[in-house]
Amino acid sequence: MRVIEAKNKSFDVLNDEIYQSGDELKIVECLGQRFIASGSRGKRIVISGVPGNALGAYLAGSEIIVEGNAQDAVGDTMNDGLIVIHGNVGDAVGYAMRGGIILVQGNAGYRVGIHMKEYKEKKPAIVIGGRVGSFLGEYQAGGLIVALGLHKDDKETLGAFPCAGMHGGKLFVRGGLGTVSFPEQTTVKIANPEDLAEIRPLIAKFCETFGYDFAKIIDEPFTLVTPNVANPYKQMYVAN
Amino acid sequence: MSVQYLSSEFDVVRNLERCVSCNLCVRECANGVHRIDERSRKLVVDESKCVDCQRCVAMCPTRALKIVKNENSFKENANWSADLISEIVKQSNTGAVLLSSMGAPKPTPVYWDRILINASQVTNPSIDPLREPMETRVFLGKKPEQIRRASDGSLDVSMEPQLVLETPVMFSAMSYGSISYNAHESLARAAQELGVFYNTGEGGLHEDFYRYGANTIVQVASGRFGVHEDYLNAGAAIEIKMGQGAKPGVGGHLPGAKIVGDVSRTRMIPEGVDAISPAPHHDVYSIEDLRQLVYSLKEATRRTKPIIVKVAAVHNIAAIASGVARSGADIIAIDGFRGGTGAAPTRIRDNVGIPVELALAAVDERLRAEGIRNNVSLVVGGSIRNAADVVKAIALGADACYIATAALIALGCRLCRSCQTGRCNWGIATQRPELVQRLDPNVGARRLVNLLSAWRHEIKELMGGMGINSIETLRGNRLMLRGIGMTEKELDILGIKHAGE
Repeated sequence: MRVIEAKNKSFDVLNDEIYQSGDELKIVECLGQRFIASGSRGKRIVISGVPGNALGAYLAGSEIIVEGNAQDAVGDTMNDGLIVIHGNVGDAVGYAMRGGIILVQGNAGYRVGIHMKEYKEKKPAIVIGGRVGSFLGEYQAGGLIVALGLHKDDKETLGAFPCAGMHGGKLFVRGGLGTVSFPEQTTVKIANPEDLAEIRPLIAKFCETFGYDFAKIIDEPFTLVTPNVANPYKQMYVAN
Repeated sequence: MSVQYLSSEFDVVRNLERCVSCNLCVRECANGVHRIDERSRKLVVDESKCVDCQRCVAMCPTRALKIVKNENSFKENANWSADLISEIVKQSNTGAVLLSSMGAPKPTPVYWDRILINASQVTNPSIDPLREPMETRVFLGKKPEQIRRASDGSLDVSMEPQLVLETPVMFSAMSYGSISYNAHESLARAAQELGVFYNTGEGGLHEDFYRYGANTIVQVASGRFGVHEDYLNAGAAIEIKMGQGAKPGVGGHLPGAKIVGDVSRTRMIPEGVDAISPAPHHDVYSIEDLRQLVYSLKEATRRTKPIIVKVAAVHNIAAIASGVARSGADIIAIDGFRGGTGAAPTRIRDNVGIPVELALAAVDERLRAEGIRNNVSLVVGGSIRNAADVVKAIALGADACYIATAALIALGCRLCRSCQTGRCNWGIATQRPELVQRLDPNVGARRLVNLLSAWRHEIKELMGGMGINSIETLRGNRLMLRGIGMTEKELDILGIKHAGE
């Protein structure tokens, strides 16, 4: 496995080294370099330190494991692959993500999974272990978002205004919802075993990755939020 | 009896002496204006469905048809036009937002028409483009500020990625979905033959068209439809759509009914689901955020593609462009108030934004004043209607122009402004296979090539008349322009003198 020292390197120099390296590499002393592995495929990259914004943007199949926190825009427009964050992430995780999996052990900031989409076998998934900030899943058009609400310091799992403009995909929230409210165009219900069957492998992967007890996590009730309309703006216009 | 609050806009006039009842008009009209009555077996007409697309007129083998404005009229006055009355009726019928297609039709000043071009007389003689070489090639992208040398003294000739245009005109963004497969193929093939570019719009790139990648600009908008690594690398440049002249501050919305078959596959969303691109990119709230998006795209494509940032011409466009020029973007595309659209809320289209002529002049001036004009190329659109508009735009400071409406007219569009219905009888703004096949890409590409070849010749002729033999010399050469019938303020903003001065 090739080890790349990120110290004092600008993102373009670092990325050139990543693209020119073999399929297995470790980046050490990473300190805020942006766009790491943007658009890359076929690699397994372990990062020690804190990568900067837009980690794994347009990711096309690589696996990225961050041994710590990450910043904003992780997996922006990600198409395939896996991103694992052993810590917290900033805002806009998985913006317009259309494939692959993002697993975050800790909390996530605002605007998680907005514009997420799916198409046939391309079905993206984001699992956030802890709490999630406001504007979760805005305009969600597909894919799965799971908020587990572990280690949430007595705060609510979700922030304000989740699922605004949601017209596809599913949101699962583990445990109590607290005071949060969902928009009219969504249906909120307790997930039944068939619903949960869809996320069991995902949660198993989360537990395996971060060392949690699967049985304990899946035992709590989950809430399922889905859109009740695919064309939320149908009636708004008249031809002129 | 129900009340007919609105009378039809057009009358269908059929010359019965010429009509041979071939019923071609019945087959050609997807709006169902012409129809054979079940009982009488006679041709009948429902003019209330007519949009005046002129398809039946163009196809009638005996030229028996005419579409004319309905002479029936409201009692209009200077304040309440028929359009305004109709709009009130439509809204009181439905409670809905008015949605229109194509560019703003209101009589807002068209500054192109108030600008006149210079020509040489006696001194600095004009050049005959038929005899002498004229350069219409332009390079879009960042230009180096100074000569650079490597440590051994050799010249550093490395350049930021550039787009090379043989004529300073490109086809602007129209998504696959808003227009048809055959319309896209026509544009792609024409762009290739002409040595220019067409633009995917925010609808992804159909797999059949990857082979035109060298002449394709791929677009990334807020919904990121069809955006993935292969798509980004397929094009010659990437355009980030921040705004559109026809609807500044408003997003795109392709109704689920149009997300069918290949459109669904190309956008990578399920059939029947609305494709919503909100006005803001929810990860761009500042120039710094824009810079992040620009550089993430550069990194994803290994810094081989110029990045275009497209913005609508709005009040503070000069300051906005200055920010964009510092964001790392290689090209700024400014889309003016009169720019076209497949669908925009009428009120937005007709009231929001500013004409591109003023925006262009203000931006070019501002970037020069700040010493950053060479950081970016400027492309303007909305609406460029002919070769003279192109020449005026370049003399005002543009590097190249975007056209879309003109290109659609070349393909058959007659500006009936009904794109949003999806029943385009010319096979352009539709996904119905039987309509799409009416547009033959061979014919479409040829007509586009004809159009731009003619423009190119006219551009050369206009330049030759000024004694200018390359686009590079024309760019920002405002002394070649004079205003006519403008206020001092207008002349001041455009940076040109009045005719006679």
